[in-house]
Formats: sequence, C-alpha cells, structure tokens
Amino acid sequence: MHELAVTQSILDISLRHAGEAGAKRITDINLVIGQFSSIVDDSVQFYWDIIAKETIAQGARLHFNRIPGEMTCNACGHTFRPTDETFECPACSSVTVRITKGEEFRVESIDVE
Amino acid sequence: MTTRIPIVENILSANDRMAARNRDLLDQAGVYSINIMASPGAGKTSLILKTLEALNGRLKLGVIEGDLATSIDAEKAAAAGLPAVQINTGGDCHLDAAMLADALPTLPLEDIDLVLVENVGNLICPANFQIGTHLNVLVASIPEGDDKPYKYPGMYRGVQVLIINKIDLLPYVPFNMDYFKRGVEILNPGVVTFAVSSKTGEGMDEWADWLVERVKNNGG
Ligand SMILES: Nc1nc2c(ncn2[C@@H]2O[C@H](COP(=O)(O)OP(=O)(O)OP(=O)(O)O)[C@@H](O)[C@H]2O)c(=O)[nH]1
Ligand SMILES: [Mg+2]
Ligand SMILES: [Zn+2]
Repeated sequence: MHELAVTQSILDISLRHAGEAGAKRITDINLVIGQFSSIVDDSVQFYWDIIAKETIAQGARLHFNRIPGEMTCNACGHTFRPTDETFECPACSSVTVRITKGEEFRVESIDVE
Repeated sequence: MTTRIPIVENILSANDRMAARNRDLLDQAGVYSINIMASPGAGKTSLILKTLEALNGRLKLGVIEGDLATSIDAEKAAAAGLPAVQINTGGDCHLDAAMLADALPTLPLEDIDLVLVENVGNLICPANFQIGTHLNVLVASIPEGDDKPYKYPGMYRGVQVLIINKIDLLPYVPFNMDYFKRGVEILNPGVVTFAVSSKTGEGMDEWADWLVERVKNNGG
C-alpha cells in the first residue's frame, strides 16, 4: 500500500517545517487532496499513529481538505463536476474536455505550539 | 498558543527530488530509460521480450524488473540475454525513486543505450511516483476492457506513450475502441499510441522504430 510512503512524506515535510520554525509540538496538519489523487484517509491516519510516535507530531490531527474533481469543456467553456463515466459536457455534449481541478496533493499548512 | 505555518509543498516532493537525481545519473551515462506501467498480466514482460526481438540489435538494452516478490520476470529477461536486475518491493505496490536509485548502479550502464523498467503490476499507485525515467509508458491490454481510462484517470494522465497490447484478441473480446480512445483523448490529448500484439508481433516494428528514433534524438 502506498499510503505508508505517503504518510512518511507528510511526516517528513511537517517535521522539517516545524523544526525550522522552532516549534515544540505539531497539533494539526492540513492537507489538500484532489478527488483524482488516490489516497485512503483512514490508512493514512492509521500509519500516522504509528510512525509519528515519539516525534513532536505525535497525536497531531490530520485534516483532509478534499477538492472535488472539475472539468472544463474546450468547446463551450462550461465548467462541471464529472458525474458519470463518460466525461461528457452536460451543456453541449462535447467530449473534448479537460481536468481543471482535482489533482491536488499537498501539505497546505501545519498548526504548531 | 498555536500558530499556523503555511507550507504548500507537494506530498511526494522528496520522491520527486530523488527521481531528478536518477535522471541526472542516466543522462550523464548517456542512457535513455522508460518506465513501463500496467495492470498485472497486461503483458509488460512479454512486450519487453518482443521489443528486444523487434529492435534486432539496434539498441543495447538493460532491464529492471519490479515485483512484490519473486524474480521470475528478471530471469525471463536474463534468459533472453539481457542484463537484468530484480527489485522486490516487499509488498509495496509501486516502484519509487529510491528503489531505482539502488538498482541503477548494478547495471553496466556504460554498455547500455536503453533501460526498460517494468513497474509493479498496478493501475493506481505507480502513477503517483515518478522514478526519474525519460518516458512513462502505459500498457493497456484488450481483455482488461474498454472502460479503464474512465476508472483509472490518474494512470492515463501520467504517461507520454500508450501501448494497446493483445490486439490479436480483438475478435474474441468485446472492446469498443472508440469508447476507449475517447476516454484517453480527454485525459491525455494526443498521447503517442501504438497498437500491438506481444504474441504475434503485430505492430512491434512501428513501436521499435519509434523507440530507436527517440533514443537517438536523446543523444544516446
Ligand atoms: N494473446 C495474447 N497474450 C498475451 C499478449 N501479451 C502477453 N500475453 C500473455 O499474457 C500473460 C501475461 O503476460 P506477461 O507479459 O507476464 O504480463 P505482465 O504484465 O508482465 O505481468 P506481471 O508482471 O505479472 O504483472 C501471459 O500469459 C502472456 O503470454 C498478447 O499480445 N496477446
Ligand atoms: Mg511481468
Ligand atoms: Zn460544452
């Protein structure tokens, strides 16, 4: 499962920034995750509880700000949420659309004491 | 008192940095490399062996095989006369840049033009981990069905080349090529596409010729 690698990266990034700021404790971690970025919240939290132990991030709460997928039609400019499996523009039925939101995968900020 | 520290850093940035180092190493050695991704059984290993045949000595190959366990695929490549390394990920569902960094120096890079990396069979996770190769290639096979672009958009978006394998099975398996290609076009407009059979060899020459051209243009 690649959630372990992902969780380790989140921890590394958080500890590095908290260290640079001279923080004593990390209380919250704010993540921004797009709908198209495959990751399972529960497993990240599960790994977190294990690997953050005995670091200043022990017990920190993970917040997943989920960004819904969004597509924009190249033909008519209409913006919509992909609902079914066809990715068709609901306004003009064009299939030349592009993904404009939902690929986010980043640590946005941390709260520290 | 809590304070908020803004970060805005890609979660896999450490892997991306390691991938960039792999790329430097390959470029310095004058070696071109491709990362072959696909679902289990799509025909990655078969494609590698057929590509070797179709290249007919035009490029010197090295192979890196990624699997959860076992060295079956590396043994197949070695039996075909290729320098081959097996990476066992020990349960990880993908190769990452650090694994490739360990494997690359064990290949005789000075005698190699092109390294073919076979990623772990999986349509989700490998797409998230750049490993530093010059090209990401997806092998889609006919029996998997024509709806895979819609179900695994991340994988279809992350590649520069799409190889449709097992086209010899088209007469026997329901597969709507138009529906499949429409999904591909939305996710990855204009992606370079080849249709091949790693069984009969159909379409292999086009793919191999393109590959030779690509490696030569890279100064390999
Ligand atoms: N009919 C047909 N069978 C194929 C083709 N390519 C591969 N196969 C068969 O598909 C099966 C799986 O092929 P592999 O090359 O082992 O697939 P793989 O993607 O390397 O599999 P893993 O490494 O286990 O994920 C084997 O039985 C191959 O003989 C093809 O083009 N046509
Ligand atoms: Mg294989
Ligand atoms: Zn439209």
